[in-house]
Amino acid sequence: MSKHTLSVLVENKPGVLARIASLFSRRGFNIDSLAVGPTEHPDVSRMTIVVNVEDLPLEQVTKQLNKLVNVIKIVELDQAAAIQRELVLVKVRADNETRSQIVEIVQLFRAKTVDVSPEAVTIEATGSSDKLEAMLRMLEPYGIKELVQSGLVAIGRGARSITDRSLRALDRSA
Amino acid sequence: MTEHAASPRRGDNPAANAPAPQHVVETMTGAQSLIRSLEAVGADTVFGIPGGAILPAYDPLMDSAKVRHILVRHEQGAGHAATGYAQATGKVGVCMATSGPGATNLVTPIADAYMDSVPIVAITGQVSSKAIGTDAFQEADICGITMPITKHNYLVTDPAEIPRVIAEAFHIAATGRPGPVLVDIAKDALQATTTFRWPVEAALPGYRPVTKPHAKQIREAAKMLVGAKRPVLYVGGGVIKARATAELRILAELTGAPVVTTLMALGAFPDSHPQHLGMPGMHGSVPAVTALQKSDLLFTLGARFDDRVTGKLDGFAPYAKIVHADIDPAEIGKNRPADVPIVGDAREVLADLIVAVQAEFDAGHKGDYTEWWEKLDEWKKTYPIGYEPAPGDELSPQQVIERIGQLVGPEAIYAAGVGQHQMWSSQFIRFEKPGTWLNSGGAGTMGYAVPAAMGAKAGRPEAQVWAIDGDGCFQMTNQELVTCALNGIPIKVAVINNGSLGMVRQWQTLFYNQRYSNTVLHAGPGHDGIEPPAQGTRIPDFVLLSEAMGCVGLRCERPEDLDDVIRQAMEIDDRPVVIDFIVHQDAMVWPMVAAGTSNDEIQFAKGVRPDFGDDSD
Repeated sequence: MSKHTLSVLVENKPGVLARIASLFSRRGFNIDSLAVGPTEHPDVSRMTIVVNVEDLPLEQVTKQLNKLVNVIKIVELDQAAAIQRELVLVKVRADNETRSQIVEIVQLFRAKTVDVSPEAVTIEATGSSDKLEAMLRMLEPYGIKELVQSGLVAIGRGARSITDRSLRALDRSA
Repeated sequence: MTEHAASPRRGDNPAANAPAPQHVVETMTGAQSLIRSLEAVGADTVFGIPGGAILPAYDPLMDSAKVRHILVRHEQGAGHAATGYAQATGKVGVCMATSGPGATNLVTPIADAYMDSVPIVAITGQVSSKAIGTDAFQEADICGITMPITKHNYLVTDPAEIPRVIAEAFHIAATGRPGPVLVDIAKDALQATTTFRWPVEAALPGYRPVTKPHAKQIREAAKMLVGAKRPVLYVGGGVIKARATAELRILAELTGAPVVTTLMALGAFPDSHPQHLGMPGMHGSVPAVTALQKSDLLFTLGARFDDRVTGKLDGFAPYAKIVHADIDPAEIGKNRPADVPIVGDAREVLADLIVAVQAEFDAGHKGDYTEWWEKLDEWKKTYPIGYEPAPGDELSPQQVIERIGQLVGPEAIYAAGVGQHQMWSSQFIRFEKPGTWLNSGGAGTMGYAVPAAMGAKAGRPEAQVWAIDGDGCFQMTNQELVTCALNGIPIKVAVINNGSLGMVRQWQTLFYNQRYSNTVLHAGPGHDGIEPPAQGTRIPDFVLLSEAMGCVGLRCERPEDLDDVIRQAMEIDDRPVVIDFIVHQDAMVWPMVAAGTSNDEIQFAKGVRPDFGDDSD
């Protein structure tokens, strides 16, 4: 099995997320990560879905997704030719002795300290999942009190856009 | 956009159903807007039952001169009737129900239409928008429930959206790969005042079915067809839905290749045609099943490699290359990888193929299938579809169905339930024309026949419509005969009454040591299922039951009465007719490929495997 990142442009309508999620479960595919958000066009949302499947089932799930009326376009983003990011917020136990060490780790990973209290610091970090994993490994010995992580978002490198053509078509039909 | 895009697909008089051309802007209620929209898209028949949430829509419906509402006895009947109507007329079928249980009773027919790609639009009332999500009386999230069994669905809370949503629903249902669309409308949206505008612009940026096939793929397919030694045209329901049967016949006769038609495609190619090998699959004919197994090229048109056709998938058609043409890209390569995939409407695909094959001929490439036909003809001769006569003077079910087909003829429409009688109907009725065979192929919905026949007869009143039903199926949906009797829908129903759930019984005979657990319908739990029923103790008495529902009830128990009773039924046209055919209970469907085995293991009769001269491969 291998990981694939799908960028899915969908109409910004109620129930679309449920349609996509239920299609995955109904057809027997697991979603590794899912992120939804707005795009430059108010009527269009973009989902970034990471699935762990072989090539043939990936083709099938892509075709099934394409059949959903609210799905406008699906692009598989090549790992090498795309920027992929996740966001993590992590609350680490810290006291006067360890705080400076933790801040040093934060700087090493170009993360940010976003909240400090006598017993803990909260760190915000973005990056590839590898980078975030490495950072969390470094922080773990200090005691992770709480952790929240976003789904992956991704965008292709270079000047080409996967949205502009389909969004122009959308404007024409409106 | 195909020729059957926005307008009805195959109406007798398409002009009468075309959307009104003039621009209309009027103030009215959402309910009135709904009925006006239905009129505008050309819906002429709606099957349904009113209830609280849909009630506002029923008020203007009463005044519509264009939309006929047929009050059914159960919403499931409305759904299957819409399906039968759609398959018999080629138009979109419509059913209507209220919220909650009304809507959930439509779930089975919607799932059925989804599996068989039948264009229907289901309209349901929903509780008021303010009450949605509160577990209000008769509230059910029917959009959520039907999400996996509809092509698309809508929840409408803004009355201004009603015309656009109805136009889109009919468009989505009828175009591309057809299928069911559900429109759930909140009661307050039906009651509110709104503006009805027509025509409306569909807003479907993500819906663009590909109908025009790729020219290069067509050329490649034509080249493979003329180059093959043992090709088979494997024809599915898509050919009927695309109205491509004339083109199919031209291609078949041009190439001389053999044709098999799946359960959903019966009537796509005349059964009487010498190139027709019959139906493939679990209960298909030996020549059809074997032709696929021995073929070197499956030329697949609007079929989907369903497990009932392929048997054990990795043993299916092991020598064949695959050309797969379908309107739904997701079907191509889903079960069997395609060597030449073609996405397109079957009619356009076939039209282009005819030209491409002719071009190959003109270039001097013509397939030679002589050797292939020698084998095929031998299999046809050696293994025709047949049956063992029933013992004594009992009626054999196959004989009943065969005689109905012979006496009623290929102009009539036949609807079947699910089980043995369905398979016998597919085997022993000769189908010559598209749209004359209605059945629940994908979902296998028992109880389909009576309401589907009702829908077909409502849509094509001039046609003779016969439901071939089992006694198990009949007891699920026979109440729609009341609807037929009261609404002038004189269908014929042949109940093939073997006193049991016959197909399940057959499996119990073959795979469960003749232990007839809960398949005996004519007796209580003490009965072993082996003794035939005593005369006069049948519960229910289908003759009395039918007469109670306003039908003519007839019974036939002996072969010598068979022709007379069929003729008697054919002569009655003012009421529905039900014939209770008491048939031999141990008749079985043959040939058979047992579930989960390879098609090579086909049995012509119990324990008899045909001799294919396998060494030649």
